[in-house]
Amino acid sequence: MTEIKANKLSDFTKDDLHLEPEITGSSHINVGTTERIVSVAAGAALLYLGFKKFSITNVLLGITGASFVHRGLTGHCGVNDMIGRNTASREGVPVVVKKSVTIGKPREEVYSYWRKLENLPNFMKHITHVEPLDAGGKRYHWQMEVPKLGNKFDWEAEIVEETANERILYRTYNGSDVSQSGEITFRDAPGGRGTELHATIKYYAPEGYVGGGVAKMLNPAIESVVHEDMRRFKHLMETGEIPTIEGQPSGRENKNY
Amino acid sequence: MKALCYVGTNKLNTERVKDPEILNPGDAIIKVSLSSVCGSDLHLLDGYVPSMREGDIIGHEFMGEVVEVGPGVKKLKKGDRVVVCSILGCGDCWFCQHDEYSLCDNSNPHEEILEKAYGHATAGIFGYSHAFGGYAGSHAEYIRVPYADKGCFKVPEGLTDDQALFCSDAFPTGYMAADMANIKPGDVVAVWGCGGVGLMAIQSAYLLGAERVIAIDRLPERLNMAKNMAKAEVLNYAEVDVQVALKEMTGGRGPDSCIDAVGMEAHSYGADYYYDRAKQAVRLQTDRPTVLRETIMACRKGGNVSIVGVYGGLIDKFPMGAAMNKALTMRMGQMHGQRYIPKLLEHVQKGDVDPTYMLTHKWSLEDGHEGYQMFKKKKDNCVRVVFAPSI
Repeated sequence: MTEIKANKLSDFTKDDLHLEPEITGSSHINVGTTERIVSVAAGAALLYLGFKKFSITNVLLGITGASFVHRGLTGHCGVNDMIGRNTASREGVPVVVKKSVTIGKPREEVYSYWRKLENLPNFMKHITHVEPLDAGGKRYHWQMEVPKLGNKFDWEAEIVEETANERILYRTYNGSDVSQSGEITFRDAPGGRGTELHATIKYYAPEGYVGGGVAKMLNPAIESVVHEDMRRFKHLMETGEIPTIEGQPSGRENKNY
Repeated sequence: MKALCYVGTNKLNTERVKDPEILNPGDAIIKVSLSSVCGSDLHLLDGYVPSMREGDIIGHEFMGEVVEVGPGVKKLKKGDRVVVCSILGCGDCWFCQHDEYSLCDNSNPHEEILEKAYGHATAGIFGYSHAFGGYAGSHAEYIRVPYADKGCFKVPEGLTDDQALFCSDAFPTGYMAADMANIKPGDVVAVWGCGGVGLMAIQSAYLLGAERVIAIDRLPERLNMAKNMAKAEVLNYAEVDVQVALKEMTGGRGPDSCIDAVGMEAHSYGADYYYDRAKQAVRLQTDRPTVLRETIMACRKGGNVSIVGVYGGLIDKFPMGAAMNKALTMRMGQMHGQRYIPKLLEHVQKGDVDPTYMLTHKWSLEDGHEGYQMFKKKKDNCVRVVFAPSI
């Protein structure tokens, strides 16, 4: 008889993704804990000196101090990267996003629109460009813009495994700042309701621990972006358009309410 | 163009705004001929529906003329005179395909708000807060109508605008109330609220085979309308104990079906009313469910409670024991207008129902704020103020 352990009864697990993101770029943590504490303390002291009185030397002191603080807080050091030095014993904590949506269209149709990844910017709000990098259609360059943060990110991702009309497994590579892996599955929904689209995405935020902390706080926002994109996909597949009110009249045109 | 905009709790202003444009292939632009106030707008005005933004154009019950269509529109053309369903349905999703248009999966661009509040998002509604999509409303000279092929219905020849207008919202809502009440021949139906929706529910109950309809309100002019125009027996709850009256009028059985056409800002004279008002005032509950409680208590064992009066959030002291032990069937929802409107236009054309009597005031858009104040305070025997942008 199998022993039933606490928390093992449920048929749902949020993190059931078996492909770990390849941790690269500034997501990577390469400064050990003690060294990070020292970095922050020393950096703060330099910053203090730098701001005491204005002079070129002091400004340089301040800049050095700031970079020490940054190195300490994020756990990522560019110099360590360059010289291949790593004093850290572990990486940050990944964030998992899991969302699903049911689309009233046959699985083949849903899959083939999605699998042509160049289509994704048609409904993914912040993805501006997806471009194939190889003839085999496995490697793609992604570009994302987040106007609210005034940021552009880009990364390269590779389809690691795929089964037509069923599953796409992918992972970023090549020093990407947004280290992620993910699985998109396509299943027949019961009762002729079309296709269930399930996405599980796991990522390490840029800027190591601090990035990770911020990402945890931002996670509901990121989940809702993922969810919104999936719903926009549904809207597009089912009706050929994405509902919007952008550009409609309102009394806000005239005044600053 | 001119448009009536929400500028804050109980404040409306007629403003000059830009004309609407086609934004999606399935859109049409309608030149509004008539646009009515609705009781549910009062919940927005009174500040009980969050996610209203200053400057939003309100109004959702309307008709007019098609002046422009998007490239995806197939059935409509310029010049068509149409009545438009107040709730948007894409026509393609699982819910629309099952005639449950107000549950549309695709017409609400701001799904995350309702998903948090209700667990799932429902359809977009014109001029009805950003939780319901944030679509610009119809109290304007022109309005953009998405999914126009699904939501616009050509008005048959021979019907006046005044006759057709209420097929946009009040009539389908009242009709759906009666439809959900599961009326069988010989049934007695009680309807709480004799505003536009309640009056339409009374007439629809007869259309669906009710033998008697008993209507409840406190305003003499509305009770008179219910009696004279909609042919209901009436109860003024300011004069009689409704529970006692309903029981005695039905031989002790209670009405077979009870319809709540009032919703979250119900009024009554009982102690529970003041309790609810106090809790609502300090936002410990959003809705005052006085009428809902009454329908459950009054309904006969095994009967039907049908709710079309709008609720927005949380209620208190819900008589679940009565509902459960009396084995009541409760059905509710925003109306699935696209399912009913063609049939209702036919009823109006055949003369079965002529909703024109509810149009008590026809005013210009400039009088929007005053119109709503009068409607809210139910002055001058007002049932419905209708704005005609051409005035």
